[in-house]
Amino acid sequence: MAMTVHVDVVSAEEQIFSGLAEFVVLPGESGELGVLPGHTPLLTRIRPGAVRIKVPQQQAEELIFVAGGMLEVQPNLVTVLADTAIRGHDLDEAKALEAKREAEEAMRNQDTKIDYAKAQAELAEAIAQLAAIQKLRKRGH
Amino acid sequence: MAAGKEIRNKIKSVQNTKKITKAMEMVAASKMRRAQERMRAARPYSERIRRLAANLSQANVTDYRHPYLVQRSPLRRVGLILITTDKGLCGGLNTNLLRMALTSMREWETQGVTDIRVCCVGAKGLGFVQRMGGKVVSQLTQIGDTPHLEKLIGPVKVLIDAFQAGELDAVYLAYTRFVNTMKQEPSVEQLLPLSGDRLGTPEGMWDYVYEPDPQVVIDELLLRYVEALIYQAVAENMASEQSARMVAMKAATDNAGNVIKELQLVYNKARQAAITKEISEIVGGAAAIAG
Repeated sequence: MAMTVHVDVVSAEEQIFSGLAEFVVLPGESGELGVLPGHTPLLTRIRPGAVRIKVPQQQAEELIFVAGGMLEVQPNLVTVLADTAIRGHDLDEAKALEAKREAEEAMRNQDTKIDYAKAQAELAEAIAQLAAIQKLRKRGH
Repeated sequence: MAAGKEIRNKIKSVQNTKKITKAMEMVAASKMRRAQERMRAARPYSERIRRLAANLSQANVTDYRHPYLVQRSPLRRVGLILITTDKGLCGGLNTNLLRMALTSMREWETQGVTDIRVCCVGAKGLGFVQRMGGKVVSQLTQIGDTPHLEKLIGPVKVLIDAFQAGELDAVYLAYTRFVNTMKQEPSVEQLLPLSGDRLGTPEGMWDYVYEPDPQVVIDELLLRYVEALIYQAVAENMASEQSARMVAMKAATDNAGNVIKELQLVYNKARQAAITKEISEIVGGAAAIAG
């Protein structure tokens, strides 16, 4: 039997692959990376691309697309921490700005909401006053 | 029989309410199963990344100490990620959490914290913080039934960036922890800086080769770890929400059933009393004529 290494591909939302492999190919930060059993410990980022896993006694390779992530290699264990979203500094920044803007908007809207509630209360009061006046008038006549 | 009609109407209305709560209970039950599965599906990732982060926190590479790992004191400015639900009708879930968050905030204030910034995930928490005049720096509402990390990144980054820039001394995470279907616990815990007991002890030292260089890799990894923790909290909060809603709706259905039973009894009594009265009137009338 050929040498194998345990491979786990997990993302924050699910476990994608877990099992033994003879050979794994990954899109590393600085180029394609081939990992065989007994590889030296390595920690690196991976780019968006395909992870190919050669599973023993299986003709076709397992093919998994990842949107980037982290790769940890130990001599008998390969862990791919896959991202669920395409990441990038500018992209994250844009999302943060968007969230900030929404919060500010909500703060502003809150004022209008309070005004609305206040107006409603005032309206209710005015209606009650009118009703009372009408009742008094009826009694008076 | 004027009262009879009123009672019948009331019974009808309670029956309608019961139908709705029953339907909500069943919807929550099926959503709960899915929410729990999602919560479990997220575990392998957070477990692996936790182990990796633990290894890294102990490994001494080029004297680089990541800001996430350095405890800061004194505590002056605090960030809070408040995870609540978007919708109500889930019992005391949000109330309990918000009460706990409020207690923590008061506590921080007595400890000399002057600035609390809140990132609200979920509409209930957002409304609460705005009502009490808190400072909301970012928010995420309308999450739906499936939490997506992609949506969380932005709002959360506002606080993480502030922490990294030294504008915050600590970031806390408030959410409802899922214990089991019947039990959910509100919890406020420290997210940043990462505490040692949360990471656990590293298992074996690995002398990694870092590519391109240690600092970049550690930065990326710890950021992902923090995000994984937040994602896990959101997933748990969702499972808690559905369980709490299911239990609350079951209680409401049972209560509606009891109310219907009682009203039915009152109605029957009123009907019987009316019949008895009518008979006695007839008998009385007949006796008067005969006499």
